[in-house]
Amino acid sequence: LAASAGTAQAEDVIGFELNGETPIVVETDAPAHLDGALSTIRSGWTFRDPATQAMEMDDFDNPGMLAVEDAMVAWETAEGSEGKSCMDCHGAAEDMAGVKPVYPKYVESAGEVRTLQMQMNDCRENRMGAEPWKYDATEAVSMEALLSSVSRGMPVNVAIDGPGAETWEMGKELYYTRTGQLDLSCANCHEDNYDNLIRADHLSQGQVNGFPTYRLKNTKLNGIHSRFKGCVRDTRAETFSAGSPEFVALEMYVASRGNGLSVEGPSVRN
Amino acid sequence: MKRTILALAAVSLTAGAAQAAEIAPGEVEFDGYEVTASLTETPGDPEKGREIVTNKSMGNCVSCHAAEAYSDVPFHGEVGPILDGAGDRWTEAELRGIVSNAKMAFEGTVMPAFYKVDGFTRLGDAFTGKAWPEGEPVTPLLTAQEIEDVVAYLLTLKE
Ligand code: HEC
Ligand code: HEC
Ligand code: HEC
Repeated sequence: LAASAGTAQAEDVIGFELNGETPIVVETDAPAHLDGALSTIRSGWTFRDPATQAMEMDDFDNPGMLAVEDAMVAWETAEGSEGKSCMDCHGAAEDMAGVKPVYPKYVESAGEVRTLQMQMNDCRENRMGAEPWKYDATEAVSMEALLSSVSRGMPVNVAIDGPGAETWEMGKELYYTRTGQLDLSCANCHEDNYDNLIRADHLSQGQVNGFPTYRLKNTKLNGIHSRFKGCVRDTRAETFSAGSPEFVALEMYVASRGNGLSVEGPSVRN
Repeated sequence: MKRTILALAAVSLTAGAAQAAEIAPGEVEFDGYEVTASLTETPGDPEKGREIVTNKSMGNCVSCHAAEAYSDVPFHGEVGPILDGAGDRWTEAELRGIVSNAKMAFEGTVMPAFYKVDGFTRLGDAFTGKAWPEGEPVTPLLTAQEIEDVVAYLLTLKE
């Protein structure tokens, strides 16, 4: 499937070239911690139709890149009581390459596992004296897309051991817990049934390496937790809220299932 | 065999049709994975059953099951087996059991239980993402009569 649309990088790696230059790995060996639950891991890109795939392969065609441009402006704009911009402390956005692939991660100074959005808000509240962004709100998802875009092509590499291990275990537990009146877990759809149609939807492995995703269905960038909410709601369950400890843990676990895939966000999905 | 029969008035005022009695979700008697007794006194209507099986806002079985028998309906899923021939493969009692609570027949199956009201984790209020209102009696995915209608339809699916 993916092989026909892209170029093989190595024997067990399949991908495409972003903008004709950056290799993006969309299928590779599953990380050891999956214990054979999946033989290979596949980006959501490999499940989409050729037209949707093509939109993501070139930044000029990727509508998600418009949000990245907005975030580029925000990056350089001073805000809050300290009169500082992200750039004042972090330099060029490109200097943040390598940050996205390891998130969510345990942040020593905070004593907890944090997502990229939590880190951004920490800077806004405590270093800029600015209002935090609402979780998965446009500004936050756009900034996440900018930080992701500068890491595209780098392998997802979320740590599962060390002080974050407990949170990772919690995420794993949530991934395999059946919820709602339909009594379905993430694994029931994305591990047991990926590549199958459920009604008109071609089920992927539910990987998050492509987030934020621009969805043709709602014509905007979508955050990881908003996607989780939709999937949990579809089991006729009470969802968790975006930014909740449960979704932070779930994001960490799901991200680690994609260790080895390339960072791809902002990706294009239907 | 003790079985509680609830009078219609106590079960539902919206059901409309005048059934005399029906078996509540918690009172269904499984013999292994089979349910021999009809859940209602009104025989199932295969026409209505077809509607329930193929309608997104009703049974939505089509989201997981394909069948030649309803090839006029678009977007058949492929999570479950093709339903053509189900009426040959299974008896009425087996089909009633499978549709009421498929987990009795297929351990760990992803097929939801359509006539069950307890044992859920984080039960929501349909597709709102909100919790099921505390204290409100839980309604099964399909009513007793709808289960009978679906079973009647499945029995018509012969190769
Ligand atoms: C006044 C200085 C300052 C400003 C302004 C600032 N940051 Fe930070 N930021 C920091 C410091 C210091 C850290 C912590 C570095 C560390 O602990 O490794 C940090 C950490 C981060 C991290 C985590 C980096 C990593 O490697 O884990 C992200 C992401 C981040 N900032 C994003 C932003 C964004 C987005 C903005 C603007 C909305 C911003 N920051 C504004 C100083 C700042
Ligand atoms: C009833 C089936 C079902 C369940 C259960 C389910 N999902 Fe999904 N999920 C889907 C469908 C359908 C899509 C859209 C097609 C696709 O990308 O797989 C989707 C998409 C996703 C995506 C987007 C993938 C991409 O590349 O854009 C992620 C991430 C995801 N799901 C994670 C989860 C998680 C985590 C859970 C459990 C909390 C979960 N899903 C439970 C059906 C489900
Ligand atoms: C979320 C997916 C899903 C939904 C929705 C679903 N099923 Fe199933 N069904 C399955 C799976 C999977 C099996 C196979 C049993 C197993 O091994 O898990 C199955 C098995 C069956 C069987 C026995 C298989 C055969 O044909 O020999 C019947 C009959 C059946 N389902 C009918 C229905 C009906 C009727 C509905 C709706 C009222 C329904 N299913 C809804 C997934 C589903």
